[in-house]
Amino acid sequence: MQIRQVASENGVPRLVLSGRCTLSALEQQLQSLSAELTTFAADPNLYWDLTGIEQLDDAGALLLWQAWGACRPEHLSLQPEQERLFDRLGNIPAAPEPVPRDLLGPIRAIGNTGFLVWDHIIGIIVLAGQLLLDVKFLVTHPTRIPWREISVTLFRTGAQALGITALVGFLIGVVLSYLSSRQLQTYGADIFIINILGVSIIRELGPMLAAILVAGRSGSSMTAQLGVMRVTEELDALAVMGIPHSMRLILPKIIGLGIAMPLVVLWTSAIALVGGMVAAEIQLGLSYQFFFSRLSDVVPIANLWLALGKGVVSGMTIALISCHFGLRIKSNTESLGEGTTTSVVTAITAVIIIDAIFAIIFSNVGIL
Amino acid sequence: MDIIMAAKNLIIEVKGLHARFGAHVVLENINLNVHHGEVLTIVGSSGSGKTVLLRQMLGLDTPFRGTVQVFGQPIYNGNRDVLQSMRNRCGVLFQKGALFSALSVYDNIALPMRELHTLDEGMIHNLVMLKLKMVEIEAQHANKMPAELSGGMIKRIALARAMALNPELLFLDEPTSGLDPVLSDSFVKLILTLRAELALTIVMTTHDLDTLVALSDRVAVIADQHIVALDNLRNVIGNSHPFITNFFGGDRGKRALTGMGDNF
Repeated sequence: MQIRQVASENGVPRLVLSGRCTLSALEQQLQSLSAELTTFAADPNLYWDLTGIEQLDDAGALLLWQAWGACRPEHLSLQPEQERLFDRLGNIPAAPEPVPRDLLGPIRAIGNTGFLVWDHIIGIIVLAGQLLLDVKFLVTHPTRIPWREISVTLFRTGAQALGITALVGFLIGVVLSYLSSRQLQTYGADIFIINILGVSIIRELGPMLAAILVAGRSGSSMTAQLGVMRVTEELDALAVMGIPHSMRLILPKIIGLGIAMPLVVLWTSAIALVGGMVAAEIQLGLSYQFFFSRLSDVVPIANLWLALGKGVVSGMTIALISCHFGLRIKSNTESLGEGTTTSVVTAITAVIIIDAIFAIIFSNVGIL
Repeated sequence: MDIIMAAKNLIIEVKGLHARFGAHVVLENINLNVHHGEVLTIVGSSGSGKTVLLRQMLGLDTPFRGTVQVFGQPIYNGNRDVLQSMRNRCGVLFQKGALFSALSVYDNIALPMRELHTLDEGMIHNLVMLKLKMVEIEAQHANKMPAELSGGMIKRIALARAMALNPELLFLDEPTSGLDPVLSDSFVKLILTLRAELALTIVMTTHDLDTLVALSDRVAVIADQHIVALDNLRNVIGNSHPFITNFFGGDRGKRALTGMGDNF
């Protein structure tokens, strides 16, 4: 945009604007131009001539309007289209005030969190009750059992999780065995490495590792899947077809993960023991054969049943919690992210609590 | 002389464009020019590749073969700054609005302005409120989140966002789909007003004959992977391609065309 000041015949100073006065044309010189126009606008006798402007958009008009101090100068000549543009500028509505800050906000937030937790607990209980009713229905209508969905869940949460659980299990086994054997060596108690690895991995580490990995891996995907189905109205579509989503979507996930989880636990523990065995052979020179034969002597079989039991319970809990949070997702992207995070965190916490409860109840079982 | 003038007026130039998904060929040898100040409508049956062509023009997908030039610049490779300035001259209205669900209505429209880094907040405030007024959204809705809005409002706010930087080129993907007839008419009027006030070039896809008749200067018809007709509406209707006779010749077509009156 060019600004030209000319003295007209009757001695009144004239300001002639020309060129393109649009956002894209002004982009870089916006600030300097604004200052320049403001100094010109200080003179009330100045005659503004805008008829030479090729293109004027609302950003350009706004620039002039702000320079004039939100009113038209006394002497102004415009093209008819520009007239309309400035008319519209005359009454820009103000944005509504943001909601004032609430002084009791933090206290209220604590209370709301409490209610929210309560709400979730009730929600999960209601969901579990609904599932129980579904099971009752399926017992009397065995043809309606969603076998296909159960098998999909088994494959996704079980078979596809074998790689990652094996890797993590093996590494943990190696590390645990390496660190413990260094300590045991100083006491000459090398042989107890088998007791330590056997009990800790089979009873505790295997089930916990598997549960945490599956909660992160399959729990998040279940929540996200249900959440996206909510966003795309697929859940509503199922509902109007008379297909209850608790029976078709949630129950298969819970049964599937309830079956897959103990198998994943078994797998993880086995691989972790292999890792520990390899490290023990390298560090202490314990032969694989000896390791195997001692293992069955020092680790009572009850530990394995305990681990499998934990697997079933934690698997079903992870699926239940993930589905509960998935159903609570509202149809916007932020809620999806938030819901998935809360779901995974809650599932992992729940798994650890379950582990603690098992430890207390079965404190006398399986320990020599 | 004519050739030079024509080249200067060329906004989009699509040359020999092929598009395919795997082995499935969607578009074959598409050649299309969009001139300054015109409204070009792309029509075709569902799944004929209208949206694919639009996405190629926007640079969202890379064509299998062929080139697309917007404002004389190829859009797939090139200088970052050049591409950015080209993007700032284009506005896009997506079919479902594509408002950012994490941002309020106000922030959705302010976002492209803030990204310029040359406007101060006061100016942005005034511009946002102007845009909202332009699309007839009341100020009280400015702080709402997109999830709280109706479909028609989302569409209008999406248009306001597309117009945020006063683009020279506007892409409209199904601008009136999902709107009731009254809203749809007022949306068409809104676009006509905008076009009269600003020197807009518009590329749109639509299924709605009323919108097509009211807005288009030229119509491109896609059928069987090709552009089978590219001309003004009168000449396109005269074409004897089976898709065109079906599309304009049906009851709905006749109804829309009788409304055209003398413009036709």
